[in-house]
Amino acid sequence: MNFTQTAVALWTLVAKEIRRFTRIWPQTLLPPSITMTMYFIIFGNLIGARIGEMDGYSYMDFIVPGLIMMSVITNSYSNVASSFFSTKFQRSVEEMMVSPMPNWVILSGFVLGGMARGLGVGAIVTVVSLFFTQLTIAHPLLTLLVIVLTSALFAVGGFINALLGKKFDDISIVPTFVLTPLTYLGGVFYSISLLPDFWQSVSMLNPILYMVNVFRYGFLGVSDIPVGWALLAIFAFIAVLFGLALWMLENGKGIRS
Amino acid sequence: MAEPALSIRGLTKVYANGFEALKGIDLDVAQGDFYALLGPNGAGKSTTLGVVCSLVQKTAGSVSIFGIDIERDFARAKYHLGVVPQEFNFNQFEKVLDIVLAQAGYYGMSRRVALPRAEELLRDLGLWDKRNGTAMMLSGGMKRRLMIARALMHRPKLLILDEPTAGVDIELRRSMWSYMRRINREEGTTIILTTHYLEEAESLCRHVGIINHGQIIRNTSVRELLAELDTETFLFDLDKPLNYTPSIQGFEVHQVDAAQLSVAVQRGQSINDIFAALSEQGIRVASMRNRANRLEEMFVSMVEDGRAESHEKGGRS
Repeated sequence: MNFTQTAVALWTLVAKEIRRFTRIWPQTLLPPSITMTMYFIIFGNLIGARIGEMDGYSYMDFIVPGLIMMSVITNSYSNVASSFFSTKFQRSVEEMMVSPMPNWVILSGFVLGGMARGLGVGAIVTVVSLFFTQLTIAHPLLTLLVIVLTSALFAVGGFINALLGKKFDDISIVPTFVLTPLTYLGGVFYSISLLPDFWQSVSMLNPILYMVNVFRYGFLGVSDIPVGWALLAIFAFIAVLFGLALWMLENGKGIRS
Repeated sequence: MAEPALSIRGLTKVYANGFEALKGIDLDVAQGDFYALLGPNGAGKSTTLGVVCSLVQKTAGSVSIFGIDIERDFARAKYHLGVVPQEFNFNQFEKVLDIVLAQAGYYGMSRRVALPRAEELLRDLGLWDKRNGTAMMLSGGMKRRLMIARALMHRPKLLILDEPTAGVDIELRRSMWSYMRRINREEGTTIILTTHYLEEAESLCRHVGIINHGQIIRNTSVRELLAELDTETFLFDLDKPLNYTPSIQGFEVHQVDAAQLSVAVQRGQSINDIFAALSEQGIRVASMRNRANRLEEMFVSMVEDGRAESHEKGGRS
């Protein structure tokens, strides 16, 4: 395929993915907006007023970046996992496999589609947060870079999950038993400086902690961990997972008999 | 000489459970041909086509499409290939028009080019009025036609149809046949068809390959194959029921029921002799037809021979 044809194929896939999640917006865009509004009201407003400050900021200001990040992670992941698994389940993945579209385009199309939903939901949550606090962004470019990279990383993760999944249960196990606990323990609601030394060290093994902290640094200018290292870790994770997903596609893992 | 539309050499497929689905298949399909790949269930038809379409990974052997080895340049080979699979394989929740346009997009066709092509195909196949409805609202026959429209969007030179008329009523089947004949004749599209309706293969195809137990057991023209047919069985509907089986010298006669006889006619024998014998016995024939179509008789005898052979081999081991 030449450059124009490749661009057309990629856009076809991305547009199809965007059409899919916007068509079913009551399942994809509405629930995270409502859930996050609840978080802002209950944790930010009601409980947060009693907690006072965290790392020198009001509790509401502290949790806003974490909650935006949580929405982006969950939605980027689950969009690709459920969309690609449905494609496998309905066998419409064969439409792509018989076409001359390169595997990297198939992977990128789904990942960009997942990012569109993740970042879209992130934008909605950001708008909702403006009803509860005045957002200030200390480092706008860094904030944007981190959220885009994190979204890409989890979208690729969702793709691998869908490739490996054999039944619908398989694509809900990782979000429920891995992503949610890691996100909650990743410093969304608290600073890890509150933890005893041992649990601080354990927390450092949680990759989501790095993303939440760098993102919060972008907003507030404070972080529990070095920003440079965190960015490097995100880049490394993306490279490894993208390579793995591509290798699996090239070898037909989960899609060819 | 022009490259074959499809050339397969030594194709072998062993599945992970050890089942050897294909045992070194060699096959050539000429450009512009209308070719039937026939075989009983599990013989290896869909596996063969699956390898050609990249849905199944081969174990060994080579496949070329218009001279392009799929191992070397699958992307280029795929431009020549259109596939209509046996099972519905589109997103049931998508609109009909979106399904065909997306397929065109995967081949790099811009919307400006794809839209008129989609209209032409959907109109030809009687789906234009349904273009804005979701695929799940279509009847079974319409879904099959949608897959044909989708496969033709990028104007492939080789169209593979895996049981395209399964579950389709007779009227619709005939209209699909006439459409396939048209694209084969007018556009020169090479068509490879698998089917269980042997009448379909006899009516449409010029060449036929019979696959059994993962091996091609015949690859010839339909005409040549039919010429080899030694025996045809005819059914005679009688105008009055009989309470005995009449005998006709030189013919094997069976009474299907009181008002129907089945007579096996060997090559060289004349049906006129049957009519004469029945007339002499005061038996009048109301109508007559083949018990099965001719290709079906040939196919059944070949597959049964293969089965007997494999039983013999099994008995020796």
